[in-house]
Amino acid sequence: MLLQAIAFYVFAFVVMASAAMVVVSRNPVYSVLFLILAFFNAAALMLLIGAEFIAMILIIVYVGAVAVLFLFVVMMLDINVTRLREGFLKYLPVGALIGLVLLAEILLGLGVMGSETATLAGLAKAGPQVPTITNTRAIGQVLYTQYFYLFQVAGVVLLVAMIGAIVLTLRSRPGVRRQRISEQLYRPKEQAITVVKVPTRGGVS
Amino acid sequence: MIGLGHYLFVAAVLFTLGILGIFLNRKNVIVLLMCVELMLLAVNINLVAFSAFQGNVVGQVFAMLVLTVAAAEAAIGLAILVVYFRNRGTIEVEDIDALKG
Repeated sequence: MLLQAIAFYVFAFVVMASAAMVVVSRNPVYSVLFLILAFFNAAALMLLIGAEFIAMILIIVYVGAVAVLFLFVVMMLDINVTRLREGFLKYLPVGALIGLVLLAEILLGLGVMGSETATLAGLAKAGPQVPTITNTRAIGQVLYTQYFYLFQVAGVVLLVAMIGAIVLTLRSRPGVRRQRISEQLYRPKEQAITVVKVPTRGGVS
Repeated sequence: MIGLGHYLFVAAVLFTLGILGIFLNRKNVIVLLMCVELMLLAVNINLVAFSAFQGNVVGQVFAMLVLTVAAAEAAIGLAILVVYFRNRGTIEVEDIDALKG
């Protein structure tokens, strides 16, 4: 139990520190790398309370797809890093003020809820529930039965996002020769091939 | 002893850092999108923590749906960003005023 507490504090500290580095880092590439670190440690935090399936999905989706997509775009766009930092100090006071107020309000709300509401206070005292079946099996049992339509809608969301991203970024530049498959397929035989009577030892000119 | 409150605290700090990043990085839209991802991660931590401490797996199902939306949002956002950079040659937030809002 002590080991678990130490692991929690280490992972929680690294998550918060790397999230702060995402915000204040000078170079967007470093921001993406700190974002990856934050995702890894958040996945470790989820592992600690027994949500191993969602932790692995988090690593696969966020680190494997989203963060690499960010890295790809950051490296593809030729952006001026020094100009991007202008105005950082100008917005720091109001941003820090709003952030502090928001954090204080969230923590105040949590404190009030934890002391007033019986269920949350009970939850806060109790540890994570020990399940009788594996986490992946438990998720599958509700995901494919009770929440099947939600699962399908999630697939539709991903399909729309994929088509939208392709439609947005696909462009036809003038002067670039493209393959026109329909013309190729509807070309009659007479245009495609010619039959040449080749004389003996004459060759084709 | 690590309780629910610890997880909620970490999620609250992550969410606040995301909002702070949106205020501070007024020049770089990519960092803005990363801050939105951080906020969604905080929401996911909250959902998973409540789910684990209640012994109810539905929260993790919802966390997966949030994950789906986050991935879709990142893909569409970055696609819009690439198109915008292609047209204007900049990704500064203050320069994005084509709609004159």
